[in-house]
Amino acid sequence: MSEASLSNAFFTILKRDLTLAYRTRTEMVNPLLFFIIVISLFPLAVSPDPVVLRSLAPGVIWVAALLATLLSLDSMFRSDFDDGALEQMLLSVHPVSVLVLGKVLAHWLVTGIPLLLLAPLLAILMHMPSSSVPALMITLALGGPILSLVGAIGVALTVGLRRGGVLLSLLVLPLYIPVLIFAANAVSNAAAGLAIAGQLYFLGALLAMSLTLAPLATAAALRISLR
Amino acid sequence: MHLANTTSVKFSMSQSTLGISVKGLTCRRDDRGLFRNLDFDLKPGQALQIEGPNGSGKTTILRILCGLTLPTEGEVFWNGLPIEENRLEYLTAMDFIGHAHGIKSELTPLENLQVAMAMANAQPNQSLKAVLEQVGLRGFEDVPAITLSAGQCRRVALGRLLLSKSLLWILDEPFTALDVQGQAQVETMMVDHVEQGGMVILTSHHPLALKDGMLKTINLRP
Amino acid sequence: MWLFYHKLGSPRYFYNLSGKLLPWFGWLTLLLILVGGYWGLVLAPPDYQQGDSYRIIYIHVPAAWMSLFVYIVMASAGAVGLIWKMKMADIVASCSAPLGAAFTFLALVTGSLWGKPMWGTYWVWDARLTSELILLFLYLGFIGLEAAIDDKRTAANACAVLALVGVVNIPIIHYSVEWWNTLHQGSTVTRLDKPAMDINMLIPLLLMWLGFMFYFGTSLFMRARNEVLHRERDTTWVKELVVE
Repeated sequence: MSEASLSNAFFTILKRDLTLAYRTRTEMVNPLLFFIIVISLFPLAVSPDPVVLRSLAPGVIWVAALLATLLSLDSMFRSDFDDGALEQMLLSVHPVSVLVLGKVLAHWLVTGIPLLLLAPLLAILMHMPSSSVPALMITLALGGPILSLVGAIGVALTVGLRRGGVLLSLLVLPLYIPVLIFAANAVSNAAAGLAIAGQLYFLGALLAMSLTLAPLATAAALRISLR
Repeated sequence: MHLANTTSVKFSMSQSTLGISVKGLTCRRDDRGLFRNLDFDLKPGQALQIEGPNGSGKTTILRILCGLTLPTEGEVFWNGLPIEENRLEYLTAMDFIGHAHGIKSELTPLENLQVAMAMANAQPNQSLKAVLEQVGLRGFEDVPAITLSAGQCRRVALGRLLLSKSLLWILDEPFTALDVQGQAQVETMMVDHVEQGGMVILTSHHPLALKDGMLKTINLRP
Repeated sequence: MWLFYHKLGSPRYFYNLSGKLLPWFGWLTLLLILVGGYWGLVLAPPDYQQGDSYRIIYIHVPAAWMSLFVYIVMASAGAVGLIWKMKMADIVASCSAPLGAAFTFLALVTGSLWGKPMWGTYWVWDARLTSELILLFLYLGFIGLEAAIDDKRTAANACAVLALVGVVNIPIIHYSVEWWNTLHQGSTVTRLDKPAMDINMLIPLLLMWLGFMFYFGTSLFMRARNEVLHRERDTTWVKELVVE
């Protein structure tokens, strides 16, 4: 098998998923709206006091990003499972992990990037100092793909199940904890004017690791789920 | 349709191990034995029809033959080797259309076929449009599949078979949702394929117009 | 060795072997826990800072060790089942999960009970307790996934993938939580086990730990034997066993 045909398959899947997302764009907007609404609940529930909000902001935005990603994960394999496209992927001559990587990349482009672009707006709503906004965006850029990659394993394990939704959060959220800890901390540190390189390196290492291991685990999980 | 003759045999039939064979296939689901100790083999130029009432495990057999589902016991061989061992060769030679045929309803028939070609790493031997015309979808190339009827979607899926050069077709109820003309067309496709040295495994009650010796039948009794 | 490994993979062989081992394991568990418990709770000297309330470590620390150990057993068994398609490994993994979750829960409860006199509250976001809590979530995810899938073999393999992902993640989670904790921790005493321990405290701790190990072995055997009988109920050897 030539590398050219493999990359062709990768880009075909990527393009296919982006086209699908574009044609069902109203559904794609929902996780974003969820992201905004959850964050706007905090001032109402806790306090509109800028000092309070500022201290909560990094954690709140990151938890909301986590939940919004979780909400969007289900769509990654669901429709492919229902219409048999997933079976065809497993029967493809290409390694399933590469196809999975294409799908995960599409998922991140469609949900992770919009979250990233919305973040500055939400930073304003939460009275975050402007000095921490770049940190927020960098952590979302490094952490977002990890969420999609690790989430894909969870979706792959639950895709054939009738009530997979709640189970998915139980499987995936504990695995998100390291990302949450380091990302939220980096943003807080940036707001306080402290160094954040260490946290970013850690996120980078996590990204490299999940990039290599998660597609393999996802491919194995898909084979098992489709039996 | 064109008539097959001996010179147009696409695939070699020289070796005796060629083709798909199954040994001691047993499948149990939730305490219920679906089938036990199934043995059969299929050589190029033969078709296998699997019959049986609903719930007798027809779809399960096909999924086991594809390597999607694992049998409780037994093994499937392709050209003499277990399919897990020469997976790549097997997947290259095999095409499966399941009950859910893998046509994305948001994509057009043309886009669907393009994706299928990239997945199979196949160079289409004719233009995609020509294939769509052949399966009776002329004029529907660029509309989303969601606007097509169930039968038309199935025709798109069948178009995959015409594009790829797969030796073995595994088809789950290929006549479902098709009109009389469509059924006749699919039958012609399958008969042509077998007569040119291909193999077809299908579940259906529809009798196939194949010569003696080319069609095998398995009846699954519950 | 290879032969033994192969034999162990056969449910029937496992059933017979575990049947012979079970009484030994059971009595050893009882003996070790009684001796360790008496030594730890009565004979061992009180702690110079914490007085007698430290004695809960004789349950807490072995339980915490076991919680991690069982997860590793579970993931290894899952991997064996996944790679070599060994039925017995699947059964061991599936039977370990509730036991591991129970150990984790025990470690959490004893940890927070210990926290009441030490910290004045039942729950502190201490690194160890937080890690245990996350470990409990991982166990519950495993059990939930297994319960959600009808087909036993599919369930076992899916859970094996999950456990392997978990095993890769546990050190990362543990490290992140430790790091997070050092950032937010004030001056409270968090260490449950002392760096330098009196030999009179250490021996009962190790005895308790061995007792917990044998307890795990005993209940794993008992659960696995039941599961073997259930899964193999159509085979002749189980039917003969029932007739006897």
